[in-house]
Amino acid sequence: MFTYLLRRLVYVIPVALGVSLICFLLVHIAPGDPLVAVMPIDATAEQEAEMRAVYGFDKPLPVQFGIWLGNAVQGDLGRSIATGRAVAPEVTRAVGNTLLLAAAASVIGFPLGIFFGFMAGYLRDTVWDRIITATAIAGVSTPNYWLGMVLVIIFSITLPWLPSMGAGPGGSSDWTWDWLHMRHLVLPAITLAVVPMGIVMRTTRALVSDILDQDFVQALYAKGMTNSGVLRHVARNAAPTALSVIGLQLGYLLGGSILIETVFNWPGSGYLLSVAILQRDLPMLQGTILVLAMFFVTLNLLVDIAQSMIDPRISRA
Amino acid sequence: MSALVEIEDLTVRFSGERTVHALNGVSLSVEKGEVVALLGESGSGKSVTLKSLMQLLPGKRTKIGGKIAFDGRDVLKLKGRELANFRGPEVAMIFQDPSLALDPVYAIGTQIAETVMRHEGLSRPDANARALDMLKRVRIPSPERRLSNYPHEMSGGMRQRAMIALALACGPRLLLADEPTTALDATVQMQVLLLLRELQQEMGMSVIFVTHDIGVAVEIADRVAVMYAGTIVETGTIAEIIKDPRHPYTKGLLAANLHGAVKGARLDAIPGAPPTLEEPPTSCPFAPRCPVAMAACHAARPPLISKGPGRAVACILEAESVL
Repeated sequence: MFTYLLRRLVYVIPVALGVSLICFLLVHIAPGDPLVAVMPIDATAEQEAEMRAVYGFDKPLPVQFGIWLGNAVQGDLGRSIATGRAVAPEVTRAVGNTLLLAAAASVIGFPLGIFFGFMAGYLRDTVWDRIITATAIAGVSTPNYWLGMVLVIIFSITLPWLPSMGAGPGGSSDWTWDWLHMRHLVLPAITLAVVPMGIVMRTTRALVSDILDQDFVQALYAKGMTNSGVLRHVARNAAPTALSVIGLQLGYLLGGSILIETVFNWPGSGYLLSVAILQRDLPMLQGTILVLAMFFVTLNLLVDIAQSMIDPRISRA
Repeated sequence: MSALVEIEDLTVRFSGERTVHALNGVSLSVEKGEVVALLGESGSGKSVTLKSLMQLLPGKRTKIGGKIAFDGRDVLKLKGRELANFRGPEVAMIFQDPSLALDPVYAIGTQIAETVMRHEGLSRPDANARALDMLKRVRIPSPERRLSNYPHEMSGGMRQRAMIALALACGPRLLLADEPTTALDATVQMQVLLLLRELQQEMGMSVIFVTHDIGVAVEIADRVAVMYAGTIVETGTIAEIIKDPRHPYTKGLLAANLHGAVKGARLDAIPGAPPTLEEPPTSCPFAPRCPVAMAACHAARPPLISKGPGRAVACILEAESVL
């Protein structure tokens, strides 16, 4: 177990390095010159070269990468080309808001998905199973930005119950734990939760239904276990796979909330990314992607560790 | 001796995409401390008979008729808690493939202890002590260490020993063994058979042992019931069946066996295949393959003709020989 943990931790290093290299290169591969956005149209070649030197774009790529990585490790992600402000604090705040939204969506989506998936699997081929499965498919197939707009029309415009914009009153982006702020979280969190809920539901249903067909379930009944005892075994058998799906979905909640953040004007990383892309703001783009990617790597690490703790076959194989 | 299990005219029909009449009037009694082997080929209804005894057949698709009495109790009427309390301390089962029948994510010791805690209300330390004791009784080497092992960390033979330990943990009065040696290597097979026989004598329980291998039946059983197409065609002591098979199907089975075969000689296989059982048999189900079948065989099902205590044959030829 311990060696497995150690090995798994060591694996993170090359993965993290590779991820940061891709983050760095991705932006450089994209066509277009980042300086175009900030240089006046009538700038001289001299001014342009000077600007290039300021941002370090004149150095060869490997050197740029080395400098960028060295700074990133120390928490310095450079300065935004568009605004001139330091990237790190902006990214931190935006990613914090995205994490908040993702956490809220997880709290709604995963428990419901697991619960109903379990029910559908246990009661498979009954009316309940059909209702739950149909709901799950509908949830997965609905474009979530469209759902977001529909929810806004219903709950913000027709029934003015909930706000539709920003993370606080007056579009404030500073979060506090009070109802004034939290009511801003309700609609985007629900919208964001629908797809992961559907996916987790369907995965759990398939897992449970599959496990119930295995011989050991019959053997459990044969040794006199009650339904609840058998379900405990089923849950533990389903947990590793369910966890990995949840981990992937969490990653999707972190990185894939761009559309939702745009619909609801949520000041998160997705919003930051879309602005950075439009402005060709290289340092901002790299910084945001890097931080999100690192979250993803950490998440996978945690899921792997949790899996190995539940299923002995993973760590010892 | 008195009968522990009394199966009377048991019928099982599976519905679904295809209706299958899996059992068509099985009657069998098992005495206390007796080992009965159910012998037959795949699809003859051996396993279905076992599973009926524990109500392990899928409830929705199964229609069961007839009667099963266990020590006077009507097994087919048990429900819920009562049924869960019956499974384990009264009747326990070991399965064909222990690598599938043990939960892969629980340690062996936990799986045994859980059963004991469930039925006898023991504390965890006491239950763990029982689990250790059971592993010792099935002679698993270094049992202390094995308690915390998971099924995938053990060999096939070891897993089946663990499965036996699990089944016997609550001291059942009847053990159902569903081809427990089929998935094992030949050498391990023999060890497991000897162990089962020994534990059976030690604990004095009755055993119904399902097998398709007549050699295995000889090793373990006191009495044999030969099954064909969801019916019992012949019962008798192991010696009677081997030395004096009366039913043409039993004779065919013995002739098709490798034991005592001469090198270079052809093995006599039974021609044809067993019926599909989409309809319940109205004539002797073996008649189409029988070398001595007559017109009467195709007309009606032969009765089970008693030939003395514990000896019966379902063949009209036997009726004539009595007359």
